[in-house]
Amino acid sequence: MIRIVSFFMDLIDIPMRHAQKYLRGHTIAWVFLLPNLVLFGLFAFLPILLNVAYAFTGTDNIMLWDRTYVAGDNFAALTACSNYLDANSCELDLFWRSVHNTLLFIVLQVGIMVGVSLVTALILNRRIRARGFFRSVFFFPVLLSPVVVALIWKWILQRNGLMNAGLEQLGLERVIWMLDRNWAFAWSVFLSVWAHMGFYTLILLAGLQAIPRDVYDAATMDAAKPFRTFYRITLPLLMPTMLVVMVLALIKGVQTFDEVYAFTGGGPGSATTLIIQYIYETGFAGAPRLFGLASAASIILAVVLAALTFLQLKFTRKNADG
Amino acid sequence: MAKTLEFLTRTRGHGKLHWTDWFTYAYLLFGILLMFGPVVWLVMSSFKTDAELDRFPPRFLPYAAQTVELEGYSKPLPLYKVVAGDLTGETVAQVRRIGLTSQVVRLDAPEEIIKINLKDREPIERISIATENYTDLFSKFDFLRFFWNSTFITVVATVIMLIVNSMAAFALAKYKFSGRAAVMAMVIGVLMIPQTVVLVPLFIVTKELGMLDSLWGVIVPGAATPTGIFLLRQYMLTIPDEILDAARMDKASEWKIYWRIVLPLSAPAIAVLAILAIMWRWNDFLWPLIALSRSENFTLQLALNSFQGEMTTQWSSLLAMTVLTLLPVAFVFAFLQKYIATGIASTGGK
Repeated sequence: MIRIVSFFMDLIDIPMRHAQKYLRGHTIAWVFLLPNLVLFGLFAFLPILLNVAYAFTGTDNIMLWDRTYVAGDNFAALTACSNYLDANSCELDLFWRSVHNTLLFIVLQVGIMVGVSLVTALILNRRIRARGFFRSVFFFPVLLSPVVVALIWKWILQRNGLMNAGLEQLGLERVIWMLDRNWAFAWSVFLSVWAHMGFYTLILLAGLQAIPRDVYDAATMDAAKPFRTFYRITLPLLMPTMLVVMVLALIKGVQTFDEVYAFTGGGPGSATTLIIQYIYETGFAGAPRLFGLASAASIILAVVLAALTFLQLKFTRKNADG
Repeated sequence: MAKTLEFLTRTRGHGKLHWTDWFTYAYLLFGILLMFGPVVWLVMSSFKTDAELDRFPPRFLPYAAQTVELEGYSKPLPLYKVVAGDLTGETVAQVRRIGLTSQVVRLDAPEEIIKINLKDREPIERISIATENYTDLFSKFDFLRFFWNSTFITVVATVIMLIVNSMAAFALAKYKFSGRAAVMAMVIGVLMIPQTVVLVPLFIVTKELGMLDSLWGVIVPGAATPTGIFLLRQYMLTIPDEILDAARMDKASEWKIYWRIVLPLSAPAIAVLAILAIMWRWNDFLWPLIALSRSENFTLQLALNSFQGEMTTQWSSLLAMTVLTLLPVAFVFAFLQKYIATGIASTGGK
């Protein structure tokens, strides 16, 4: 494999030498950028433009020129609610349900994730044996594919599963977890935290290790108690990292799809349908395929994500400077 | 904090564990159980027979009933030990079960059927690994096909991505040209708009290029990643320009400089990106779900997901397939976890 790649890469030298002769100064850079720009253009920029175009057209024709211009109808339909807090009052109640679900999901998921990751990072930052090993223990699930994560927990939570056996051991009734709206939602949040917390722990741990030792030495001199040291030193100095972690978790949380979809399929009912699943089902899985509606929904999502990414870049820069 | 604690524990006498130490080790132990436990449970379960999978409460080790082939019976009969009644202590084979009675036969006299109470017998079991869960995957399902699809996509996409991204990173790191700032801004722009929000037009572009429902439709659209460019550019900036100038003196072409000098020198960053790309592609789900529709093109992840609907009662095959999907990841983890950890920490995920 490497040899084949290597052979072709050496071949490219011939046209590149020719190109170099005719290009002045550093214009050769564009030749190196070309493949990437083509790919970006086709699969990033063109789609962004097309997305806007599709959002303003209707019908289930796939070809843009066969579609009818409907102005802001798609957006109007998505946001037509007499009461935004009650999804039942909305024209497209499934969209609003998925928005509600996603909001609740990220509030719970990000909150729990940051909390658990912080505790884990603090513990891993202590003087413990085999720190590298424990770090990778918490990190391991990050590598698992979402479908595998979903199946692992489905297997544990099934009717005759380990969790119910545990409940019966404690003298409690068995629960059919996946048929209960609240339980299905709670377990979705749980498995998503389980699968991703190792990643944030890693970032927080790096942040903790960047705090200079002498600050703690000074605190020791003043005989500060551990909790006081934590509130007065660790937490403020870790704040920039915490902010990055929170925004990153938010960005990823809003885009959650795979593991929850494979875990619950969005159910029971629409209890765990998240926004990406709504877009996927509206645009691809349902009949008729409502590309306009799906595009409009993804533009709303893109605005939210762009704002969050902007925040993240801002915090990251601050973090790097300070 | 460690030093503070050390100070505190010292005042309590050497070698004594503070309550926070107990808490630490309890937490870590719980962590091992919670993080590895479910995976171990899955692997153990994948070796169980259907009967054992249905059993409640479940057992950790895979047991299977011992059976015996007797003359006059077409199927192997399960063996039981009788614990009460006339036959106490004897080993019998069960012919059938009717309500609360069990019809059994003695091993040396298979003709005479004896009726005993269900409660009076205990199954004779031994630990047995149900390898048929795994072999069934190859005979009943086209497992190798899905495995090949996933592998092909992962390998080809990773190679393309590394070449294309490193070329762009090289241009952005080593040349001063008008428009560089604009290209950098564009890369950041792409970073802000993730694939998840342009699904509809991405689908249409891929369809128009005739790559829909083919493996290329999964490989090409994700080949140019802004994250990869960032990571490689940051690393290439640390390579001194003097080396490049020296090569130019020796009449090396710009391509040779990229391919023979900068790329090998960026090997650590390339390695990190390669591992990340392999993980992303192997685990990718949403885009293949949209781009692939014929099941012969499915990746492992798609096959696994679509089979969990069809095979809700067939956990045995599903579990075995899950384990096989997880296996490459476990290997990568075992050998490369240090590099993955640093790689992910430095790129901020995807």
